[in-house]
Amino acid sequence: MAEPERQPMSLPGGPDAGEGAPELGPDTNALEPALSAAVSPGTEEPTGDAKKKIDVLLKAVGDTPIMKTKKWAVERTRTIQGLIAFIKKFLKLVASEQLFIYVNQSFAPSPDQEVGTLYECFGSDGKLVLHYCKSQAWG
Amino acid sequence: MHYPIGLLFDLLASNTALPWNITVHFKSFPEKDLLHCPSKDTIEAHFMSCMKEADALKHKSQVINEMQKKDHKQLWMGLQNDKFDQFWAINRKLMEYPAEDNGFRYIPFRIYQATTERPFIQKLFRPVAADGQLHTLGDLLKEVCPSAITTEDGVKKNQIMIHGIEPMLETPLQWLSEHLSYPDNFLHISIIPQPTD
Repeated sequence: MAEPERQPMSLPGGPDAGEGAPELGPDTNALEPALSAAVSPGTEEPTGDAKKKIDVLLKAVGDTPIMKTKKWAVERTRTIQGLIAFIKKFLKLVASEQLFIYVNQSFAPSPDQEVGTLYECFGSDGKLVLHYCKSQAWG
Repeated sequence: MHYPIGLLFDLLASNTALPWNITVHFKSFPEKDLLHCPSKDTIEAHFMSCMKEADALKHKSQVINEMQKKDHKQLWMGLQNDKFDQFWAINRKLMEYPAEDNGFRYIPFRIYQATTERPFIQKLFRPVAADGQLHTLGDLLKEVCPSAITTEDGVKKNQIMIHGIEPMLETPLQWLSEHLSYPDNFLHISIIPQPTD
């Protein structure tokens, strides 16, 4: 299977598993490549997980704008809330606009849920597929 | 907080005197820790999403997807108005499984620890082992949160709480899922330090 281009995702906010990792301020450019401590390799995190980051495939629903880059490497500890903030920023939506994320095209995970957890429960073929939409797409 | 109230009690107030006194704050909202609630509809949507996620684990979403809109409404109205029979007339279907399977596909559970800042643990866990044995609560904890059941000189270090009680670790998980799940169909399990006195 051809590996499409994959972007490291740098997002503000969200809990950081790495001890002493500097908090990214809310003004950090969300599109900045892997320069920040939060996404750098070499971590003391005592995790048995093979990969610290997981592949997330983002798909637009309905008339919601698509993202040119669909596949992203996301830290496991990133929350859905953080992901929503990132997509909104990427699509240049205004803060008041809502954005919904869906798993399996069926349920909207709780905003405080970590993508790593969702990946373990609902990932397939080594990636987590999430649909995003500006209106409620599925119940 | 956006967790079920029973879970909050287990996690934060077990072993305290009843009634549980709650202070409600109306300012300095901690946006980082709590979910904002823009409207009542948000709560309904959040609840239904939890149910759908649970059914995705239990039945690959088949049961919840076969329901009609009015059934979903009945679940929510039953819960909201404290109408036990109304809720269970529909929820009963979410608790069924094929007789040959001996249980759900996976058990929807979330494990919360009072002593860590980390959010809950949620993984795929089957109610029945490969050899046909029923998995127990102890099996689950051993697999996904072994620190919860460690002992020091034979003394338990933690209490495993669901709905204010400590179920025996030998209890089959499938039974717990059918009988001690919250209305959202998840088993919300709290790990709290064993009181010392």
